Amino acid sequence: MSANTNLEPGRFPLAGHFSTPAQQIDAGKMGMWGFLVTEVLLFGGLFVAYGIYRYLHPQAYIDAHGHLDVTMGTVNTVVLLVSSLTVALAIRAAQTDNPGQVTIHLIITLVCAATFMVVKYFEYSHKFHAGLLPGVYFTNATVPNPDQAHIFFGIYFLMTGLHGVHVLIGMAVLFWLLIKNIKGHFCSEYYVPLEIGGLYWHLVDVIWIFLFPLLYLVG
Amino acid sequence: MSDNHDVDYLRASTGIKSWLLTIDHKRLGLMYLASVLFFFLIGGIFAILVRTELFTHTETIMSAQQYNQAFTMHGVIMVFLVIIPSIPAALGNFVLPLQLGAKDVAFPKLNLLSYYIYVTGSLFAVYSMVSGAVDTGWTFYTPYSSQSSQAVVSMTLAAFILGFSSILTGMNFMTTVHKMRAPGMTWFNMPLFIWGIYATALIQILATPVLAITLLLIIVERTLGVGIFDPTLGGDPVLFQHFFWFYSHPAVYIMILPGMAIMSDLIAAFSQKRVFGYSFVAFSSLSIALISFLVWGHHLFVSGQSALAGAIFSFLTMLVAIPSGVKIFNWVATLYKGAINLATPMLYALMFIFLFTIGGLTGLFLGVLSVDIHLHDTYFVVAHFHYVMMGSTIMAFIGGIYYWWPKMTGKMYKESLGATGAILVFIGFNVTFFTQFFMGSQGMPRRYYNYLEQFEFYHQISTIGSYILALGLFVALWSLIDSLRNGEKAPQNPWNASTLEWTVCTTPPIEHNFHETPHVTTGPYDFGIEEGYSD
Repeated sequence: MSANTNLEPGRFPLAGHFSTPAQQIDAGKMGMWGFLVTEVLLFGGLFVAYGIYRYLHPQAYIDAHGHLDVTMGTVNTVVLLVSSLTVALAIRAAQTDNPGQVTIHLIITLVCAATFMVVKYFEYSHKFHAGLLPGVYFTNATVPNPDQAHIFFGIYFLMTGLHGVHVLIGMAVLFWLLIKNIKGHFCSEYYVPLEIGGLYWHLVDVIWIFLFPLLYLVG
Repeated sequence: MSDNHDVDYLRASTGIKSWLLTIDHKRLGLMYLASVLFFFLIGGIFAILVRTELFTHTETIMSAQQYNQAFTMHGVIMVFLVIIPSIPAALGNFVLPLQLGAKDVAFPKLNLLSYYIYVTGSLFAVYSMVSGAVDTGWTFYTPYSSQSSQAVVSMTLAAFILGFSSILTGMNFMTTVHKMRAPGMTWFNMPLFIWGIYATALIQILATPVLAITLLLIIVERTLGVGIFDPTLGGDPVLFQHFFWFYSHPAVYIMILPGMAIMSDLIAAFSQKRVFGYSFVAFSSLSIALISFLVWGHHLFVSGQSALAGAIFSFLTMLVAIPSGVKIFNWVATLYKGAINLATPMLYALMFIFLFTIGGLTGLFLGVLSVDIHLHDTYFVVAHFHYVMMGSTIMAFIGGIYYWWPKMTGKMYKESLGATGAILVFIGFNVTFFTQFFMGSQGMPRRYYNYLEQFEFYHQISTIGSYILALGLFVALWSLIDSLRNGEKAPQNPWNASTLEWTVCTTPPIEHNFHETPHVTTGPYDFGIEEGYSD
């Protein structure tokens, strides 16, 4: 019953318990969509918490969000959007049997992801220096209503932190796909891991698309 | 049907590694079963300790703090380590692909990963137990969980990790049902066991992530002092209750739907009749799954939720009774004029109908806003959910174990031992928990260490009942262990059942389940025309 795969390059590695490649591809995609639903719900709890405390303390949110760096946030948004494009291009290249292009696009995606994390590092270290931290660690004296502002930063760090963890996991997945591609596992017959990895990466992107306006732009 | 040179899955490979690293759904099912039964024993010991402490109205065998820890450990273990994985992960893993005519679940490696995530979660739970057990109750309500000095972080982390095991299993099963059905196995040719497991999988996917984030918030609140739930930090403890029950009420159906799933197969097989109103039973599982997401507020009737919200949640709660009632009536209608065989699995199935009816109807009392204000947090609630969780789900689980035991092990248990255990369990269960309805309606609050002397009589009956229940469970366990050593070799289809795992699979199944993929041409409960299933 093992999922022993036939790893010859250029051929579809049909696992033993599936009857046809189509069945295997459909199952893989469906599993990933199911997983993405769970991810949305995981973040859903945080979005609800965001909404409730924004409703309770609107002025504190407006004052606190001004301490986020919109420029850095914008740069990160652009970087992630570009990376979503390059992942899509990598899949397109696999569909047209162009492994060299797949490699290039995956590397660009990884570079974008790394850029995102570096920018995040600078953002976080600035917050640490300024004492704009969650809960009991909040020490910044310039923000009005510190009793409420620390909740904003708690939610900010939770949401962006959990998202950052997802970026790191996504980078690991992309790296694994890159290695597989360099070994020549993908071709126009078989590129479903790229598609599934791409779906995950798009989700990471989509979550950020919601985080950015809610945290950085909405006053 | 079986070729002599084909060995069954138990003997297909040997050595400890062939079990620990197996991706065979049948072996993983057995490993889950062993783990779940182990934790059932541990959780049961805590239950007996709690009941023994309550034997007298003052201190009996432990301090108040130890009592808080004991009932918390009982709850956490039984909910997260026993009931939630019991039927889906143990029996579901074993049976689902066989009933679908598939060679395995859709993602066998992920299945192995889910098992090890479960083991990791259980290790955290054990660590939390020995390093100062939690005393917050299994619900981890804030502000208890923000302020308790016990090992809350490791225990919530355990539940968090166990949640991921549950999510991955649910995803795996959902995909398996959609994509791995044998030719001819249409949605309405699927046994009702699969419909129930499928509905469960949907809830697992949709509800569990919310628990994960809630527990994560508790962990960061305790470690980093983020104020989401802690009122001293500006947080809102009622928000925790909303988050928690948004998961945990659907989780109640994660626990009961698989029990109902087993019931349909047991009732059909032991009455030798098609399940009455098949499609109604199938869709009632899905509608329970849907309604389960709309009723969480009935846990918050006295927590400061608006009266309007309370009224709406109360009304929505009534809706659950409709699909549940459909199931009960259809099972009873299936029994009517059936060729009833009172084998041990059927005894547990009949027990389920009786106990679930009590558990379900008392649930309606509690769903009524005004009545709940009187009964909230009393032993009435304790009795109600034990009738549903233990009296229904665990009874169905045990019935399912007996039913598929010959398939899993190739051995028959002794009917006399099985029936003795079942009768003791039935008596013990009712003596333990029916008494609690009386106590609760007279105002005995739950989770109290000492209580008014007027309740002592009820408590003593309840405690004695729990000993009878424990004895019955040990007899049941013994009947299974005994069958491994002395049991007769099981025939291919001892129950004359009509689903694929009995009609086509060998007993026990071969490693790849089927010699050739079966082609299904008849419904799941077409007794007597089983040659319609060809292989």
